[in-house]
Amino acid sequence: MNEFEMLKALEAPSREHPQVEAGDTVKVHVRIVEGDRERVQIFQGLVIRVRGGGNNANFTVRRIASHSVGVERTFLMKSPRIEKIEILRRAKVRRAQLYYMRDLRGKAARLKERRDTPKQS
Amino acid sequence: MKGIIGKKIGMTQVFDEQGNVIPVTVIEAGPCYVTQIRTVERDGYSAVQLGFGEIKPTRLTKPQLGHLQKNNLSALRVLREFRFKNGSLPDVVEGAEIKCDVFQKGDYVDVIGTSKGRGFAGTIKRHHFNRQPKTHGQSDRERAPGSVGMREFPGRTLKGQRMAGRMGNERVTIQNLEVVIVDAEKNLLAVKGSVPGAKGGIVVVKPAVRKQKQQQKK
Repeated sequence: MNEFEMLKALEAPSREHPQVEAGDTVKVHVRIVEGDRERVQIFQGLVIRVRGGGNNANFTVRRIASHSVGVERTFLMKSPRIEKIEILRRAKVRRAQLYYMRDLRGKAARLKERRDTPKQS
Repeated sequence: MKGIIGKKIGMTQVFDEQGNVIPVTVIEAGPCYVTQIRTVERDGYSAVQLGFGEIKPTRLTKPQLGHLQKNNLSALRVLREFRFKNGSLPDVVEGAEIKCDVFQKGDYVDVIGTSKGRGFAGTIKRHHFNRQPKTHGQSDRERAPGSVGMREFPGRTLKGQRMAGRMGNERVTIQNLEVVIVDAEKNLLAVKGSVPGAKGGIVVVKPAVRKQKQQQKK
């Protein structure tokens, strides 16, 4: 058993989430534990980056909260706290990291929808 | 016999039941073989000598091979001794195989390794000195150590003054690391936190000394 295999062996089992890509608008269902209560919170927004591999694979979702304050949240793809990821819309983007969206507001912050069939995995 | 020799594979992270992320160091631990048992009668102290790691027999000297041959063991790369208090030798025989299941999930261990060599390092890196001002008329003094002594008395630099020099490449023990994963089939051990040395370095895993003392006090 080589070193790569040893690290691979510790990887959390693959979850049945759809493949998230930059430019996707997603709904992330996150399990939140408050004391002994548990509930599911939904965070909806635009995926501005996907990074990392293995257990560290993560993606950042940006949404505009009230008073047009931008909120970004990074989720670990393999985390058991993520109940479900729904892809609502896929946009045509030419970068892997959409940091420029942080400087855009309102109408300027629109992205063109992708017309091809989204990859299902 | 609690204790094992291993090879540092690298770091990663795993999730626990609650979904918390735990940073872990993966160690290829064992299989080790008991190469010799040191007894008070013969050697003056009590210890168990373990061997670990495959190696070509031609890489070892004949005396080394002979030492291993006594217990019909194949060539092993490293030998390390684990000291025990006189009279408290664990119940093992020479030639026995030790796997990483001597540890359990939740155990606390000390991990001993050789730290990465940093070469000739300055005082800032080596002793965490502070940097001097970059401006206010200064030049070329940013990372200088500053004064190393007093005045005409004592007229010399005191012994033990921390200065630049060789750093790293020395034995380092990290205490009280929690065992997160034990997989005897894959000879895989994962401990919470980091472990001294580069990837591929030899590490020794032992039960945590401090935790043992705490338990004795209770």
